Amino acid sequence: MSPRGALETGATWLLALLWISPLLYALWAAFHPAAFAVTFDPFAPLTLENFGEALARAPFPRYMLNTFILVTMLLAAQFVLCTLAAYAFARYRFKGADIAFALVLVQLMIAPEILIVENYATLAHLGLVDTILGIGLPYMASAFGIFLLRQAFKSTPKELEEAARLEGCSTLGVLWRVYVPLARPTYLAYGLVSVSHHWNTFLWPLVVTNSVETRPLTVGLGVFGAPESGVDWSVVSAATLLSVAPLMLAFLLFQRQFVQSFMRAGIR
Amino acid sequence: MRHVIGWLLLTPAAILLIAFTYWPIGATVADSLFSRGNPIRPSRFIGLENYALMADDPIFWQVLWNNALFALGTIPASIALALMMALMVNRALPGRALARMAFFTPTILPMIAVANIWLFFYTPDIGLIDQIAGLIGLPGHNWLGDPDTVLGAIIVMTVWKEAGFFMIFYLAALQTIPPELWEAARLEGAARWTYFRRILFPLLMPTTLFVLINAILNSFKLVDHLFILTKGGPDNASNLLLYYIFETAFSFFDTTYAATLTVVLLLVLAVLSLVQYVVLDKRIHYR
Repeated sequence: MSPRGALETGATWLLALLWISPLLYALWAAFHPAAFAVTFDPFAPLTLENFGEALARAPFPRYMLNTFILVTMLLAAQFVLCTLAAYAFARYRFKGADIAFALVLVQLMIAPEILIVENYATLAHLGLVDTILGIGLPYMASAFGIFLLRQAFKSTPKELEEAARLEGCSTLGVLWRVYVPLARPTYLAYGLVSVSHHWNTFLWPLVVTNSVETRPLTVGLGVFGAPESGVDWSVVSAATLLSVAPLMLAFLLFQRQFVQSFMRAGIR
Repeated sequence: MRHVIGWLLLTPAAILLIAFTYWPIGATVADSLFSRGNPIRPSRFIGLENYALMADDPIFWQVLWNNALFALGTIPASIALALMMALMVNRALPGRALARMAFFTPTILPMIAVANIWLFFYTPDIGLIDQIAGLIGLPGHNWLGDPDTVLGAIIVMTVWKEAGFFMIFYLAALQTIPPELWEAARLEGAARWTYFRRILFPLLMPTTLFVLINAILNSFKLVDHLFILTKGGPDNASNLLLYYIFETAFSFFDTTYAATLTVVLLLVLAVLSLVQYVVLDKRIHYR
């Protein structure tokens, strides 16, 4: 390697190390007693006590279950609603389709959390405040999902649909047997983006929820980590790691798919 | 027939889109024209009075100014870093996968978790930054409690979180640029910097614009960290528009003024989408 190449490699490593260091630090704090939070003694004793303390102080398993229910329910609903709408846009040149599609794209820019005041009022009318369904409902018809799936369906050869029709498939039959299976990579990409996005959102769930039974991880962590709660630093680190662990593990296992999905998706 | 089927397929999504996007946009505009109601005096139509109130509200102007500073502080820095990171890991080097992972990981963390981690860095005296500063004899500083440094502290944290996300778009774009271009430039005797400035950077322009618009949008949408770090303080020095809307609606219970502020946010987003639509080719932003 040329000296210049070695220098660039060194600089890359240095920046990478700098970039990951806040996370490494959180790991350090979480796995060591509070006394070592800022003393980097390589012989400091390892401990799981901070995790025990975090779990004793707040119901993180329950929060995790809530988040899990939220993202699964939301993704299932998004798949169904977006598939139907995308199919309409891709294959039925119905009257008003162009205007309707332009209107759908408005939601790409103006996400429901921008309209918190009115959307909260709507949820209150529906009696869905402080429910997991209430957190998910505004995001079920996702403009982004409709857009991605429409692209995928448009690239499906029409001949396949015609063949299926000749075999006697109905409209929904064609969709289910021809279009959906061929769009599997798009579903995967959209699914990863949707799950990681909704795993991480905070503002809207904060507004909607006010009890342990509905609060997702982010809100639970927000309540837990607030400076006025007076919990010590190592415990907050442990709680933070607990909250991000499932998504983090999924990311480490399926790194390539994650990065490709984000790239495909463009907009979170 | 196809009209009927088309609309039928669209109906479930359309109902939800109307209920949670179009209707609330209209209702926001309508609400902004009414006075704040209370049990004794119900809300009544007051025309543009809320807007006049807003024009006289020093916090509104400060929040808008903060948002501009926040955007200016985060966007050029994270784009420059993203491009640098992409160039760094686009070449062969040992540990490339690890370096990419290090850059990208902050992106998938929730902003709340990021704020939790960084809160401790910024804590006066016992925090990590002051501890390290103390080693070389610098005095401690209340980074988040000082109106002069609070926005800067939040900007640094946001750049850390976002740069890796933008990096992947540059990486994707770099992979479409044929290596022959560099060969040719080298034969012509071009220095690496010249190649970057005259060839690479212009070729990456569509990506830069795409990233730029997204970064601006994010700077208006992302306020989660304020809940942990500063609550918009001290004295609104770190308050941002969406957080101010939240405060107005859910802490001060002034929903009509919150609606007025939301109209401003909607206008900002509308202008941005217009810019995106006009400036960017459709193929670029919806690849």
